[in-house]
Amino acid sequence: MPPRAIAAAAFRDLALDPAPAALLDRGGPAQPLLTVHGLRKHFPVRGGLFGRTTARVRAVDGVSFAVRKGETLGIVGESGCGKSTVARLMMRLLRPDAGEQIFDGEAVGEAGGIAVDAMRRQVQMVFQDSASSLNPRMPVQNTVAFGPVAFGARRDAALAAARDLLARVGLDPVLFGGRYPHELSGGQKQRVNIARALALRPRMVILDEAVSALDKSVEAQVLNLLQALKRDLGLTYVFISHDLGVVRWISDRVMVMYLGQVVEIGPAEALYAAPKHPYTRALLASRPSLDPDRRREEAPIGGDPPNPIDPPAGCRFHTRCPHAEPVCSARAPAMAGCDGPGEAELLAHRAACHLHDPSSGHSAAVAA
Amino acid sequence: MSATAAHPPSAPVMAGPRQRGYWGNVAHRLRYDPVSLVFGALLILIVLAVAFAPLLAPFDPYQESIVRRLKPPGYQGRYLLGTDELGRDMLSRLLYGGRVTLLMGMLPVLVATLVGGGLGVLAGFAGGLINTLIMRTMDVFYAFPSVLLAVAISGAMGGGIVNGMIALTLVFVPPLCRIAETATTQVRNLDFVDAARATGAPLRLVLTHHVLGNVLGPILIYASSLVSVGIILASGLSFLGLGVKPPVPDWGLMLNALRQAIYVEPLICALPGIAILLTSMSMNMVSDGLRAAMDVRS
Repeated sequence: MPPRAIAAAAFRDLALDPAPAALLDRGGPAQPLLTVHGLRKHFPVRGGLFGRTTARVRAVDGVSFAVRKGETLGIVGESGCGKSTVARLMMRLLRPDAGEQIFDGEAVGEAGGIAVDAMRRQVQMVFQDSASSLNPRMPVQNTVAFGPVAFGARRDAALAAARDLLARVGLDPVLFGGRYPHELSGGQKQRVNIARALALRPRMVILDEAVSALDKSVEAQVLNLLQALKRDLGLTYVFISHDLGVVRWISDRVMVMYLGQVVEIGPAEALYAAPKHPYTRALLASRPSLDPDRRREEAPIGGDPPNPIDPPAGCRFHTRCPHAEPVCSARAPAMAGCDGPGEAELLAHRAACHLHDPSSGHSAAVAA
Repeated sequence: MSATAAHPPSAPVMAGPRQRGYWGNVAHRLRYDPVSLVFGALLILIVLAVAFAPLLAPFDPYQESIVRRLKPPGYQGRYLLGTDELGRDMLSRLLYGGRVTLLMGMLPVLVATLVGGGLGVLAGFAGGLINTLIMRTMDVFYAFPSVLLAVAISGAMGGGIVNGMIALTLVFVPPLCRIAETATTQVRNLDFVDAARATGAPLRLVLTHHVLGNVLGPILIYASSLVSVGIILASGLSFLGLGVKPPVPDWGLMLNALRQAIYVEPLICALPGIAILLTSMSMNMVSDGLRAAMDVRS
């Protein structure tokens, strides 16, 4: 059955479970759900007399990674490192300049692969700004029901399912279903956004700073809700955040980005316990400590990230790196193999740094 | 899934105070808005009176008389609003004149709202080359003063009521298109449009469900303010002999003809202007009230 037919069938009986993951799983559990290879997006900066392209912001520059079925992949990095652009590229809300994307063995948007619309139905997204991501003129239950209706569900059936989903994310549908977004709090709005993302029974949810704008107490509630939903519905998460603590708590694996590139990727425990890349070390060291004995006196990292319009040559971190040597500005360190296909390669802890490449010529290089 | 079981989908959750529906809410808010109600009633009254002019008019609007020219309101107890410079009954002429005036004021705005608004939403939503093509074409129309443009088009096509209305429509399309484009561009960049696109829904549905409702407000307000401009422009065309031709009554034409009698009987001269003012003012008030009632955040 084509995915659309399965979707229509799933909406007809309208129980929340089973998730269509089992129906749609093609490659088995070992095949990554989503693989991204060489993803690139440069935004033109226009200026001059006729709106010529005078420069390019290298927002995402050659990003490769894979998301395994059922895991949570955390993506961390400073503001402007390209995290959100990666998310929008994965949803194809932005058109990538280069790179291929494979969803469960099928190339996205290519002949013989899976269509973008069909992929979007299986991959949903929760945005950071809970307020602006809800239509101000639509009762929230209609917002949740919009996707299923667009895919051919009957209106009343979709609304009933939407109210079920609202209940599932902890909002009483009788009380909240007919409300407009401005009548809800930030946490309630984000719950509606989560319900909306789940309405199409996706296999994967991209959470782009989904809890960053919430109060700490509400954030914890929503995180617990996300964990419960993941368990019950068999979801896969990509969790984007700048909050290192939250990412560690929720993620199975973590990917660190700097200036549009992946600098380190690995299992969360290994990466937090023994960060390999100097940037990751600095990032982790910059976390505020609650323990006065472990208070940090010196700044772990100096300066601001360089301008992504004209990123440094070689390793992009060399301008701020304490271990920088001539080789770092001459040659970009490589990181291969983090996008699969083997299980061992997926789980490997890797960093794009000359320090971990014995053949790099860096004086302090050690075997990885 | 215990929460699901607690709320079976068949439960009568549609009951309750909040489930009035969108248009139910709008109607509810309008009922408690006296200004909109009063001006709405006035507007309906004007439209009905004009529509039933043959039944309501006490005299033939073309019946002239040398002896009873420019008589004040209440003359002989039969000429309720007096007579004009050719001795014709003002009330009858106002009732009949309103038919042409309202038609020329409202129909071009209505058509221009559909055409210009549609083009503007398309330009704003599509962006890129389509936006450039549509908006630069509109800029060409913008380069001419609106009166001049209306006169030129209507003159080229040979005058008359229908050609006048076509000319007015073409004059109103560019500004409405610009308003619609600006509003759509603003809405398009909000996250909820991206979220709707991310569901994989066809663009058509994203447009109708998430974009249109949020751009309709500014378009409607602007269109309603154009109705009074339309009435004035139409009378301008008539003055130049390009729209309505005398002796057919038209508020703008009457205003112009009575201009010369302003020192003799100022009240009579003011009557067509008062009619235009009341019509356009109630139009503005009603659309403003409608916009407020349609804003769910208020």
